[in-house]
Amino acid sequence: MSNLPDRSGVSAALPTPLHSRTGPLCRTSNWRRWSGFLAADSYEPSHHREYHAVRAAAALFDISPLFKYRLTGPGARALADRMLTRDVTRLATGRVLYSPWCDARGKIRDDGTLQRLGEDDYRLTSAEPTLGWITDLARGLDVSVSDESEGTAALALQGPLSWKVLAAAGARAIGSPRYFGLTRAPLGGVETWISRTGYTGDLGYELWMPADGACAVWDTLIEAGRDFGIAPAGLAALDIARIEAALPLVHTDYVPAHEALIGAQRSSPFEMGLGWAVDLDKPAFVGKEALRAETGEPPRWRFCGIAVDWDSLERVFSRAGLPPLLPHGAVRSSAPLFHKSRQVGYASSRTWSPVLKSYIGLAHIEASHGPVGTNLEMQITVEHRPARVGVRVVKTPFFNPRRKRATPA
Amino acid sequence: MSIRGDHDAVIVGGGHNGLVSAAYLARAGLKVLVLERRHLVGGAAVTQEVFPGFRYSVASYVVSLLRPEIIRDLRLPEHGLDILPLESTLTPLPGGDSLARWSDPDQTRREIARWSPRDADAYADFSRCMYKLAWALKPLLSAVPPNPLRPGVRDAKTIRELARAVRGLDEADFERLFKLTTMSAADFLSEWFETGPLIATMSASGIIGTFAGPRTPGTAYVLLHHYLGEIDGVFRAWGFARGGNGAVSESIASAARSLGAEIRTSAPVEQVITSGGRARGVVLEGGEEIGARVVLSGLDPKRTFLQLLDQSDLPGEFVKSIQRFRIRGSSGKVNLALSELPRFTCLAGAGGSLTRTPGEAETLLRGAISISPSVDYLERAYDDAKYGRFSRRPFMDIVIPSMIDPTMAPPGKHVMSVFVQYAPFALDGGWNRVKRDAFGDAVIDTLAEFAPGLRDIILHRQVMTPLDMQQQMGLTEGNIFHGELTLQQLFLFRPVTGWANFRTPVRGYYQCGSGAHPGGGVCGAPGRLAALEVLRDLKVRRGRP
Repeated sequence: MSNLPDRSGVSAALPTPLHSRTGPLCRTSNWRRWSGFLAADSYEPSHHREYHAVRAAAALFDISPLFKYRLTGPGARALADRMLTRDVTRLATGRVLYSPWCDARGKIRDDGTLQRLGEDDYRLTSAEPTLGWITDLARGLDVSVSDESEGTAALALQGPLSWKVLAAAGARAIGSPRYFGLTRAPLGGVETWISRTGYTGDLGYELWMPADGACAVWDTLIEAGRDFGIAPAGLAALDIARIEAALPLVHTDYVPAHEALIGAQRSSPFEMGLGWAVDLDKPAFVGKEALRAETGEPPRWRFCGIAVDWDSLERVFSRAGLPPLLPHGAVRSSAPLFHKSRQVGYASSRTWSPVLKSYIGLAHIEASHGPVGTNLEMQITVEHRPARVGVRVVKTPFFNPRRKRATPA
Repeated sequence: MSIRGDHDAVIVGGGHNGLVSAAYLARAGLKVLVLERRHLVGGAAVTQEVFPGFRYSVASYVVSLLRPEIIRDLRLPEHGLDILPLESTLTPLPGGDSLARWSDPDQTRREIARWSPRDADAYADFSRCMYKLAWALKPLLSAVPPNPLRPGVRDAKTIRELARAVRGLDEADFERLFKLTTMSAADFLSEWFETGPLIATMSASGIIGTFAGPRTPGTAYVLLHHYLGEIDGVFRAWGFARGGNGAVSESIASAARSLGAEIRTSAPVEQVITSGGRARGVVLEGGEEIGARVVLSGLDPKRTFLQLLDQSDLPGEFVKSIQRFRIRGSSGKVNLALSELPRFTCLAGAGGSLTRTPGEAETLLRGAISISPSVDYLERAYDDAKYGRFSRRPFMDIVIPSMIDPTMAPPGKHVMSVFVQYAPFALDGGWNRVKRDAFGDAVIDTLAEFAPGLRDIILHRQVMTPLDMQQQMGLTEGNIFHGELTLQQLFLFRPVTGWANFRTPVRGYYQCGSGAHPGGGVCGAPGRLAALEVLRDLKVRRGRP
């Protein structure tokens, strides 16, 4: 019972390792709690500048609240392969892959990225605490699983000028890692892992460093980014960007399978548009049998992009004597979708896209109504009354610039 | 013999269940009379100013199981019911450390991760599992148990409905449900967790009010029983009634009166009058006779059948079953008036490896405090009781009501409610004043190990032994649930197989207390269900909504 770590902060809202930097910047005190950490929703009264930094300059996000697990040892690869639906065995050192993982029913528990740091050394990120589950899964494997969520801080540097910032900050010598590549460089004197990844669908990097070095990295980036319009950005801006990139958000676009109370709340990767990330040729992974069985029948649901028809939006608002009122930021509440009088799905995330000038959403739609081009109606509230606006199923990602996959020199 | 037969229903006992029955019957237009032996209503749910300026929830002290439909039907908030949140549980440990469970899941996860990162994850899974099971079993609380021996059409319908609820569970949950009904609380929890203080504190929910230790098979169910409560739609939520648990009873009494029920206090019933196998009324101590079409008893099964009735009115087998009904008292209660807040070592920020901020310490003092450092500790406490002694170092479930409702004590001063287990009714040599004081001393001595200086701030102490609870509140053997909540005494079997539907072998005589389905815990469901069955038998519509 003795020798427990001193944890003076077993609090409901811990500061992240970057709080000494983000705290004073968050002039609105507009904090959200993210996995029990304080995370800025927006630093400024409005998130607009932060959002536009993602699309026009460089935005710096503190993503330290992500859960991070380190898998090391000869069995690390086998463990990751057992867990993720994608084939991990071909992941080279210095590469990263995105994958969901499922329960035995083949329903998604969570999704995240797997970084291969070395021969037998992997880092897995997740949105939900997963240590117990991974540890159970590791039985019989020669692998050590450690939770480095709090010991490792993380930053996301996203936007078209993000490489310029990073290069100026000291990464020029090592060159930009390729899309989903991973490299290492000292930034501000702190050895930092740099992955060419992100949650915005833009050119961008995620930086992983020891918690005690996080502020030095932050300071270096802010200093280097001054000439490139770098802006500390919060979750409000991130939420809009990730919808534009059609990246699902756990608890908003899907319920983790192990937290669902009823079967209807669970989604398989196929139902989430993640069929491409399921490798049924792998020898074994959690949920494989169920997922194989699922491929034998047509999927019931599709995860689609929808775009609201402007004219119909204008119509329903003008009927109430109002101009169209657009959502101020990302909307995380569900909106029913209809085909004629029958409900055929629901939009789980919606936003006005400033870069596309379009009202877009991510939606679960019965497969027969899911093909691109299908016209449906979405129920919204106009002046306290339900109203329906036309929506069309469109191709995703909504926003998909070439620079997303580019390797800037 | 002349009987004033001007009441439709007479209810023996003005505890919360009797009052609930009265309110429902009055609401349906019946002329209802409640007869309470004591000078105040509430039974074991009473608030009394035992020491000037300090109000004690003398026995029962928290709320969770009180059925939401009763709150709605009787409009209890309009009658003064206000349930304040009780959100955290603190387990002080020897040496100054502690384990806290908070209202915030992330904070709880971090707290448990100090001991075991795996337990931290498992805790969320466990909570979800119990939530699902509680959800599946919840319909039981509002169902009249069917007769398994001779199921009628209605019984068959009930069985179908309950089966449907359970069918919603997946295989893993179903297996867990069986484990819950058969295993010990400690064993069941050890399948999920490895952190000693966590298992111990959670298993304590499995022994409350039960003459059993955390390693006694069957106690896992009692654990689940504690998950069946809900407040504001949240399962497993516990609260503290503003004004103490007497305020719960008062609000129900107020609702009953406003619906037309008459409540007489200081009116002890001596016997139920029967003739021709039918209840005709009651006779009070002193000889006053009161006639009624039906009589309901909110007393426990022993008193309802063996004391209020002439045993020749009951079948011999039935009497035997009631005699066998297990109602062993296992707990006591110590209420303290304090000149200031107690100083728990684990909150003081010194000596422990975990420093709590003053704000966190205050939050934790507004929640429950559980003296349950290890399963061994609890089991040893039970060992004492097994052999006829009170626990020398007992399990304690503590709340400081004045931290939640400041009007419970004078400004700056506090009341502390200490539920203590074990205190066997059948104490070796019997309870007397000396033993009661010794029991109180054992409680204070143990508590002082975790909160040094406690003795110096005690202005008054009230010690309730099981015998006191029997004598003051009419709880046979001091059993707080009117009979243990172990599986063989629940649902179909509460209190006797075939008589779980609130009726009795005597026509017109009903059971409406915690000894009937679904049991105790200031739940009110027995009172409500019994009243609805009476109305069904009298062919009275349920009355105005």
